[in-house]
Amino acid sequence: MIALENVTKRYGGQTVVDDVSITFGGEGVTALIGPNGAGKSTLFGLVGRLLQPDAGRIAVDGMAVATTPSHELARNLAVLRQDNHVAARLTVHDLVEFGRFPHSRGRLTVHDREHIERAIGYLDLDAYRDRFLDELSGGQRQRAFIAMVLAQDTKYVLLDEPLNNLDLRHMTEIMRLIRRMADELGKRVVVVLHDINVAATYADRIVAMRDGVVVADAAAREIMRPDVLAAVYDTPVDVREIDGRPVALYYG
Amino acid sequence: MTTLDRTPTSTPTQARPRRTWVGVLVAVLLVVLGLASLFVGVSDVSPSSVLTGGRDGDAAFLLVASRIPRTVAVLLAGASLGIAGLIMQMLVRNKFVEPGTTGVSEFATLGMLVTMIFLPGLAVVGKMAVAAVFGLVGTWVFLRVVRVVPVRQLVLVPLVGIMLGGVVGAVTTFFAYRLDLLQSLGQWSQGSFATIMQGRYEFLWIAGLMVVVAWVAADRFSVVGLGEEFATNLGLDYRRVVAVGMVVIAVITAAVLVTAGMIPFLGLVVPNVVSLIIGDNVRRSIPRVAGIGAVFVLACDLVARLVRFPYEIPLGVVVGIVGAALFLWLLLRRRSRAH
Ligand SMILES: Nc1ncnc2c1ncn2[C@@H]1O[C@H](COP(=O)(O)OP(=O)(O)OP(=O)(O)O)[C@@H](O)[C@H]1O
Ligand SMILES: [Mg+2]
Repeated sequence: MIALENVTKRYGGQTVVDDVSITFGGEGVTALIGPNGAGKSTLFGLVGRLLQPDAGRIAVDGMAVATTPSHELARNLAVLRQDNHVAARLTVHDLVEFGRFPHSRGRLTVHDREHIERAIGYLDLDAYRDRFLDELSGGQRQRAFIAMVLAQDTKYVLLDEPLNNLDLRHMTEIMRLIRRMADELGKRVVVVLHDINVAATYADRIVAMRDGVVVADAAAREIMRPDVLAAVYDTPVDVREIDGRPVALYYG
Repeated sequence: MTTLDRTPTSTPTQARPRRTWVGVLVAVLLVVLGLASLFVGVSDVSPSSVLTGGRDGDAAFLLVASRIPRTVAVLLAGASLGIAGLIMQMLVRNKFVEPGTTGVSEFATLGMLVTMIFLPGLAVVGKMAVAAVFGLVGTWVFLRVVRVVPVRQLVLVPLVGIMLGGVVGAVTTFFAYRLDLLQSLGQWSQGSFATIMQGRYEFLWIAGLMVVVAWVAADRFSVVGLGEEFATNLGLDYRRVVAVGMVVIAVITAAVLVTAGMIPFLGLVVPNVVSLIIGDNVRRSIPRVAGIGAVFVLACDLVARLVRFPYEIPLGVVVGIVGAALFLWLLLRRRSRAH
């Protein structure tokens, strides 16, 4: 379980995560939704020890994030941030290989290589493995980063807007992959999504944040209601039933 | 869902940008230029004169006392300076930094001046240690300062470093001028291997040792080059790796400064050339950067010895011209690739 207890993060006078207590990891796939600036990325940063909370405690499977050795956490928790700029000229294979670093510490075993190959295969990157990252399209690069996280092979995987830059086909493939990671590999994935229909289709649970506070936390079907969504996004949302599934309509 | 159903392949392929020809070429050049370096000079030292003169002949003496030390010093300095540049570029995540564009060299020079003023009788190893400590301070100051510069401001970062170096250099010159030490200062600002002899280059082995340290920690430097967030996520102690890198950079800078003086551009140009050919995976780069760095200085040193034969021109001049030209080429190439 990833357990947050009364976690608060402030920037100057602004409280961006406000006394949040929540646990992740009971369900396979949890979607984290909310408007821009709600504090989703900040929450991930706190869990991933990239930011220090001003108050509260965070633990991953009982290991306090603040005191557990970083390399130990790295074998249990992987975080992919929203914006990733890698200046170094690395190939896709290099990048995915570094995903094994918490396990290999630089010495790759046969087992590590299997994980690397699996991640490259899952993300459909075979044809690009020897390309440098700066020779890829935005979506291919995004897939390379996801492959790196997959190779890290942690129980908990936090993905901040992994669908950025992806086309329709790869978007659905990534979401199916996330489902498979949960269903077949037993991983616990928390994923920040902006498309609530995608969230409703693939997630077991949806957590909605707004202004640094968790405003809704329930099974997908219960979140997909006009009143709940309107309250989260502060904009009117219509929800229709199509083929037995709730679909939110928010254009026009 | 064809792609997601793909079963993992069990045979890992090793096809990567290896470019073995680079290694072969560098090895050949190292041997050829290294031999040339042993046998070029005013006095006649040739394989035959060494053989006919025997163990106690003049040629053999010159070889052991001067030519071999000089060649080894050139190799060590070239290899280690390249590595210092490479490591610095990984730490700062900027391709335009090296000890000479970040104020580190100037700080180390200031350290040398300080030993001259306050500890004139200090042994060379002591001078080197003081210079290394100053270099370390310089690295730290630079890393602090550029932390406020956005990583993507590629050119701003070295600009800040050059300004920093300018300020420290001005302070050094001021005190050297007041204390009538400008002449000694000039001895370090223009790198040269002309006075290298047995007993006066051995500290460069410490720089060589730093190359080994960098190689052992190569993967860590690669991960650090991904940035602090990636490194932390992968369980790396970011600060510790940066600290090790700073020591590597400072010690190499100081060791080369004490024995040969400043050699500009090398730490900038060589890692960039290697990056173009095989990328930035440090484990793969280190042997190439070290090899090409050594070849580069070896070639420049030979040119410095031959252009006005039997006189020598300062190595720093040759390196400056060749390095600047290469640097310009790299800049323009980068432009044309629209990055
Ligand atoms: N380094 C920072 N300094 C000051 N304020 C910050 C900083 N980082 C984030 N914030 C503020 O914290 C709030 C939450 O930011 P966060 O990135 O967590 O939002 P988010 O929910 O991920 O939004 P988005 O959907 O746009 O990614 C925002 O109001 C943002 O302006
Ligand atoms: Mg965000």
